Amino acid sequence: MDTNDYEKIENAAKRRKRITRTVTYILLSVWALMVLFPFYWMVLSSIKSYSSYNSEYVPKFIAESPTIQNYIDAFTTVPLARYFTNTLIFTLVTTAVMLVVTVLAAFAFARLDFKGKNIVFAVFLSLMMIPNELVIITNFQTITNLGMRNTFAGLILPSVTSVFYIYLLKENFEQIPDELYKAAKVDGTSDLKYLTKVMIPICRPTIITVTILKVIECWNSYVWPRLITDDKAYFLVSNGIQEIRENGFGRENIPAMMAAVVVISVPLIVLFLIFRKKIMAGVSRGGTKG
Amino acid sequence: MKNSNFKAWLYLLPAVLFLGFFMVYPLVDVFVYSFEEGYNSASQTFMGVGLYNYKYVLHDPYFLQAVKNTFILVIITVPVSTGLALLISLGLNSIKKLKELYQTIYFLPYVTNTLAVGLVFMILFKKTAYTDGMVNLLINLFGGKSVDFIDGPYWAKMFVLCFYTVWVVLPFKILILTSALASVKQDYYNAAKIDGTSKWRMFTRITLPMISPMLFYLIITGFIGAFKAYSDAVALFGTNLNAARMNTIVGYVYDMLYGDSGGFPSYASAAALILFSIVLTITVVNLMISKKQVHY
Amino acid sequence: MKVILSNLTKKFPSRNKKSKEEVVAVSDFSFEIPDGKLIGLLGPSGCGKSTMLNLICGLEKPTSGRIFFGDDDVTDLPPEVRGVGLVFQNYALYPHLTVLQNILFPLQNLKGDKKLTKEQMLEKAEQAAKLVQISELMERKPSELSGGQQQRVAIARALVKMPRILLLDEPLSNLDARLRLQTREELRRIQRETGITTVFVTHDQEEAMSISDIIVVMKAGVLNQIGKPQDVYDDPVNLFVAKFLGTPPINVFRGEVKNERLFIGGEDVLSVPGVCDRKVYAGVRPEGFILNENGAFTCSLSAVEVMGRDTSVVSTHPDCENALIRSIISAENRVDTSKKEVRFDLKPNKVFIFDIDTEERIRFGQEA
Repeated sequence: MDTNDYEKIENAAKRRKRITRTVTYILLSVWALMVLFPFYWMVLSSIKSYSSYNSEYVPKFIAESPTIQNYIDAFTTVPLARYFTNTLIFTLVTTAVMLVVTVLAAFAFARLDFKGKNIVFAVFLSLMMIPNELVIITNFQTITNLGMRNTFAGLILPSVTSVFYIYLLKENFEQIPDELYKAAKVDGTSDLKYLTKVMIPICRPTIITVTILKVIECWNSYVWPRLITDDKAYFLVSNGIQEIRENGFGRENIPAMMAAVVVISVPLIVLFLIFRKKIMAGVSRGGTKG
Repeated sequence: MKNSNFKAWLYLLPAVLFLGFFMVYPLVDVFVYSFEEGYNSASQTFMGVGLYNYKYVLHDPYFLQAVKNTFILVIITVPVSTGLALLISLGLNSIKKLKELYQTIYFLPYVTNTLAVGLVFMILFKKTAYTDGMVNLLINLFGGKSVDFIDGPYWAKMFVLCFYTVWVVLPFKILILTSALASVKQDYYNAAKIDGTSKWRMFTRITLPMISPMLFYLIITGFIGAFKAYSDAVALFGTNLNAARMNTIVGYVYDMLYGDSGGFPSYASAAALILFSIVLTITVVNLMISKKQVHY
Repeated sequence: MKVILSNLTKKFPSRNKKSKEEVVAVSDFSFEIPDGKLIGLLGPSGCGKSTMLNLICGLEKPTSGRIFFGDDDVTDLPPEVRGVGLVFQNYALYPHLTVLQNILFPLQNLKGDKKLTKEQMLEKAEQAAKLVQISELMERKPSELSGGQQQRVAIARALVKMPRILLLDEPLSNLDARLRLQTREELRRIQRETGITTVFVTHDQEEAMSISDIIVVMKAGVLNQIGKPQDVYDDPVNLFVAKFLGTPPINVFRGEVKNERLFIGGEDVLSVPGVCDRKVYAGVRPEGFILNENGAFTCSLSAVEVMGRDTSVVSTHPDCENALIRSIISAENRVDTSKKEVRFDLKPNKVFIFDIDTEERIRFGQEA
């Protein structure tokens, strides 16, 4: 082989690399388009007027005379604001109670010594493998028998527990060196004060992760709310959107429906864009969806 | 010691109460339900104990339809989504420019409400009096004939369901695989490059084995997740899934419990336990295979 | 295989987005590596040694300059056709493959007329394993091996395809002190047995000095000195090289030359014929001190460490750049520890003087 041949090899390799790169970008862009298109479409449809939407046999890719009428309809014709508030209350309360319960339990497992700790923890861990579908049946019966259908208590109580988050937090708590606890004890700090003043601040990243994951889960929850509420006054957004779809605006009003979809989707997307890094890191540590 | 025992239990109490009441007790109860024959929700009485509930469920055409749907969904979406996620992650890891932008976009479906975005998919695929829908217009453009994907033939509906499921589960898989791929040390590739290893061989002999633990994790959770499919179907086809012949096993459980055909917790329990045993079996098989395949 | 690097330069785009300035990792580097020698590429961390290695093996392309293996210009060749073996600092053994599979890996890549049969591959792998003495470990996984064993496997994997040049990146840095000594000898032996031109990179001067035929000292991407270890030690070209080689390190003083005599702290310590008057750095090797009660050079005594064969006298001097002056003298000399002072004469061939600004060597006497 002389240098000429090497040059040929070299050039061929360069060309191949360029082609591979181009193809990669094209494929990645195609999928990005697939992901973004539904979002684009829902925003687009939501600002088209009812008549123009229905008159377009071939849908136009831009709205020629954008309107916010659909958003007004979404809030006035159906109780979207109510669904929204319900979901907000449900999400906030569930997440808050979950945090308290989880932090306390994780603290007990990580820091305190008591008889039967290992056995109790083993039981906790084994509960992680139980699918929700198995226990939801009895929970439905329980809540119904207690007369708690169509109440926030009925919605929230069974949604509070999460063994996995207890586990995640316990692992994190255990990484705090023993010396800190001993030092605090020497200074006469109580356990509860040590938990709130030392452990929680140190483990803030994990707690934020858990909070975000729970918020996403609550905001999107559908099955349990559907089972436990049939009064529109207690619907969450997921049920609300289903209700809108089935009995909606009196007629098939897709633009208004899309306006409702946009309204429902925006909070989480905004949350995601703000906490992008945290959420992605959190999900890769503790996500389960999919 | 006694005092500290008491205190520790106090911290645990809320969790124990919640879990006991809403997880442990229901877990026992679901077995009880599944064996109580002729249970009446209103009077809370039953006629006998036996396997009748299981027999009923296993002979219920709706259940069989749901099992068939679920299995088709699992068999299609798990390999497709895992493969696609691997492909996309490989692409993502090979580029530098715009990488973060792509990653952000790909993750979006994870944070969206399945029900809400499902509606968008529905109108994209649906054929109405006014329009054939975006997808059909696209098909027409390439010379195909319009199909009603939402109220039309079985395979068309199944296609949309699979498509939407893949769309929903991909973010998680891409996220996990991208970080798994990024954690393979560059030294391994450099070592292979010096030895003149071909791209394909690098992929099969280095990349795949190195990310195999994560890949198996994704396959196992993918199976579990796909077997529990439900809200994707509701989003596309509405709550009356039996009528659409698009019900899933989980959907069947809920329908038995509540709704127009509801009020039969015993049947629901039996169906849920059947689902659980299917998932358990497949998970165990998966774990056994992964033990053999994952080498370190 | 002779290796020639000619005017090699490698620039990286700046990592800092604000400043557009390029980072020069290797700058106008030229030298010739004779065939069949063991070369130690030596420098502090971040001096471009690893980039140098990557340039030789082809993982990086130089910004300018050429690389020759023998008469072949390999500058534009991808790594696989250069015929190099590379041992990584952390070995980069494939964790999911056994030792044997790891060693076979490079052979299985061969294509066309170079393709080997299974038997040939196995034979070659066994030969390589025998050379590095790991024949009995072939079925183990890397995670079941000690650091030293992993190192040998990595060398076997690099050697199995009979490379024209073997490159080692910090080969001993991941081993504990005892293994390091042992592996050092081992490397030397393997290199002698195979006769393959070998380049290894290290920041540990002792390591480089002890086994290299030739050492190359570099700093901030620039070649400072190349030569036999002892020659470089005895005749450093600048302050950096003088400071970098030798344990304990050279003692550096601020001094002045007046009338061809070297003054440190006002004391006339040495005759330096041929040097005109100027301020200088004077470096004195630890073995360059002669204990003498009437010596010309006075230091304040701090401690005396007796180490059997020699004695190490620790002292201080206000004009010394090092915190402590270490001098090694024969144990037969007794130091009077009751005194606060210690006086020395200096050996002229162990004293180097450097320009205070350029830090370049200023030769004196016969050398000049």
